[in-house]
Amino acid sequence: MKAPAKLKTLKDLEQTIAAQKRQRATDERPVVTVSAGTCGRARGSLKVLDALNASLRKAKLDKKVNIRVTGCHGFCEAEPNLIIHPGGLFYQKVDPKHAEGIVVETIKNKKTIKSLLYKDPITGKSAAKEKTISFYKKQKRIVLGDNALIDPTRIDDYLAIGGYGTLAKVLSKMPPDKVIAEVKTSGLRGRGGAGFPTGLKWELARKQKAEPKSIICNADEGDPGAYMDRSLLEGNPHRVLEGMMIGAFAIGASEGVVFVRDEYPLAVKHVTMAIEALRERGLLGKNILGTGFDFDLQIAKGAGAFVCGEETAMIASIEGYVGEPRQRPPYPAEKGLNGKPTVINNVETWGTVPLILAKGGAWFAKIGTESSKGTKIFALVGKINNTGLVEVPMGTTLREVIYEIGGGIPGGKKFKAVQTGGPSGGCLPTSKLDLPIDYESLTAAGSIMGSGGMIVMDDKTCMVDLAKYFLNFLRDESCGKCISCREGTQRMYEIVTRIAEGKGKPDDIELLEELAQACKDASMCGLGQTAANPVLSTLRYFRKEFEAHIKEKRCPAGVCKSLIRYAVLPDKCTGCLSCKKACPNDCIHGTLREVHLIDQEKCIKCGACYEACRFEAVETQRDEAIVIMEGAR
Amino acid sequence: MDVQTESVNAFVRKHKNQKKALIAILQDIQAEYKYLPREALQQVSRSLGVPLIDVIGVATFYRAFSLKPRGRHVITVCLGTACHVRGGPKILEEFERRLGIAAGDTTGDGIFTLETVACLGCCAIGPVVVIDGDYHAQTSIRKAEAIIKQYMNK
Repeated sequence: MKAPAKLKTLKDLEQTIAAQKRQRATDERPVVTVSAGTCGRARGSLKVLDALNASLRKAKLDKKVNIRVTGCHGFCEAEPNLIIHPGGLFYQKVDPKHAEGIVVETIKNKKTIKSLLYKDPITGKSAAKEKTISFYKKQKRIVLGDNALIDPTRIDDYLAIGGYGTLAKVLSKMPPDKVIAEVKTSGLRGRGGAGFPTGLKWELARKQKAEPKSIICNADEGDPGAYMDRSLLEGNPHRVLEGMMIGAFAIGASEGVVFVRDEYPLAVKHVTMAIEALRERGLLGKNILGTGFDFDLQIAKGAGAFVCGEETAMIASIEGYVGEPRQRPPYPAEKGLNGKPTVINNVETWGTVPLILAKGGAWFAKIGTESSKGTKIFALVGKINNTGLVEVPMGTTLREVIYEIGGGIPGGKKFKAVQTGGPSGGCLPTSKLDLPIDYESLTAAGSIMGSGGMIVMDDKTCMVDLAKYFLNFLRDESCGKCISCREGTQRMYEIVTRIAEGKGKPDDIELLEELAQACKDASMCGLGQTAANPVLSTLRYFRKEFEAHIKEKRCPAGVCKSLIRYAVLPDKCTGCLSCKKACPNDCIHGTLREVHLIDQEKCIKCGACYEACRFEAVETQRDEAIVIMEGAR
Repeated sequence: MDVQTESVNAFVRKHKNQKKALIAILQDIQAEYKYLPREALQQVSRSLGVPLIDVIGVATFYRAFSLKPRGRHVITVCLGTACHVRGGPKILEEFERRLGIAAGDTTGDGIFTLETVACLGCCAIGPVVVIDGDYHAQTSIRKAEAIIKQYMNK
């Protein structure tokens, strides 16, 4: 294949965009988009793709239908899914065996296959189109929405939706100061967690004299439970790169680095391809498009250290050192990569930039609340019906996100808490459901916005166990530089562990609170300063649960292993043998159609029987043995 | 492990002998050998002119690097928050039980290495277990045995 011509002038770029747009507008073939992000692929979307292609060939329609392999459409629960245009028909949970039917019924005969439509978990009604599905209805997908329109491996697809048009506009008409002014007007704040105003950061770096300046895209999405950055990099890498180029032009940076997690192989692949495509078209290097703008990009892959999400640790890692943060100031905007001014923004922030420059800062500032502008993408996961990536205007309430978009809690269970902000965030209870989501309100409630993870929990989640989980994560990921964080997270973990094991002491809660405060006050970077949040917020809202573990040696949610036992309920057991077969330790007695019995002596409390039972006949009970022991003392 | 000096040097050259590329060089070596052999680290230290203690410092700081040889198949159990609330730890325990090793170790026959990861960002399909790059969605305690059998003879 011939290499595409290099774009040498702004006019070249504008003409190429116009040509791609025209080509897309005049292509009258139906389009089938196959959602093939990491989640989609894990659920078999590539097999669906193969089956679709085979069925199209068989029906001799392969030249008459445009199959577009896209990134994630955000509705992870419905993977693998297809959107068929014109019309926007949305088919969910598609299996390769459905391919033939889709080709014959829908593409050829223009009929809808009802069984493949999304069914609302609350109303039970089917919805045929993206627009009518409750999950999408309340969203405002200005950043993530384009994922469904493009094949992320093809730069031409991005150009066909006007991509790099904003860069052309900026390079031709806007001096750097005006670009920064526009970003300041927009009110955009960093989407990575801390919420620092992006325009101010840029301005600070712009004012520095030292050169060469750099920009970094923070794609080291380390918060467990958040994956919007992965989705955006996988599904629309050029959008992020365009934002970076605009930012580089504004602050006068000539070097850019995408620092991406190695745990995201598809994102690494797509962003690598995107950078290669830019280079091939002459959009990277010296004197880009003849405008005098010099800029180049490279990739640095993270090696698995959560602390590298902290900007000074990230810079150390890119420079080849151990990823330990350093004292700020000087801020990276003054002294960053290689000691030169550096602006670090996260994927979502960079991905929002082209939009602001295209539509204007004032337009963006109209969306959201007084202090938090625009939209934010949340990863709605955990015990929720509609798992997925949700993009909503700031100020939307937790209730709207969890119930109207998320479709509530599965299995008719009760909502207990939502964890926001990852390991630096906190758990918010039912009483906070009507909280409008913005940076300030979440902080006031004891949590943070963070990168946007939103993990929903039902009454089967134990808050002590959750606090233990985050502390275990943090003690593992603490880089060890500050003693307050290194030892503080370790000691807090030990205390919460003993509470979970029923060995908690009466003054453990106070001790936890004291340690938490010390960790917050004496640690240097964000990791240590916020490490106590998961403990403090669970203590704030779920203190009774901690007390139940300490005083009554009871785990109300039935999770903490030392305090529970599994038992078969005789009136519900049908004697189906499922639990017996599932037990890895052969400790369930009983024959067919006879009530089963768990040998408590042998039981290792793995939960396999609980998982296997279809009749809710296995339940977790308070482990009486412990209570008896306590009574004897 | 028979480490070829030349192949290590090739990785160093690929990154233009730059000290700041240390992590990228170690990533390449690990991709080749599945772990970081002692000889390779010594060679990197010599070629780059970085003290061995700093090379080891980096190799032990980052979670992605392993100083121990790893098995033919690497089983990675996701313990992200979403996988955690959906039962990830129980699945890890089941793998530990069935393989007779703790997370981070390799079976005596060298077939399996069991590892954990803090989050793979596929929270919707959790609990997730990844084996040699293949994602297994919505795993459960019961699926562990079948997964092990599937890879046992591969």
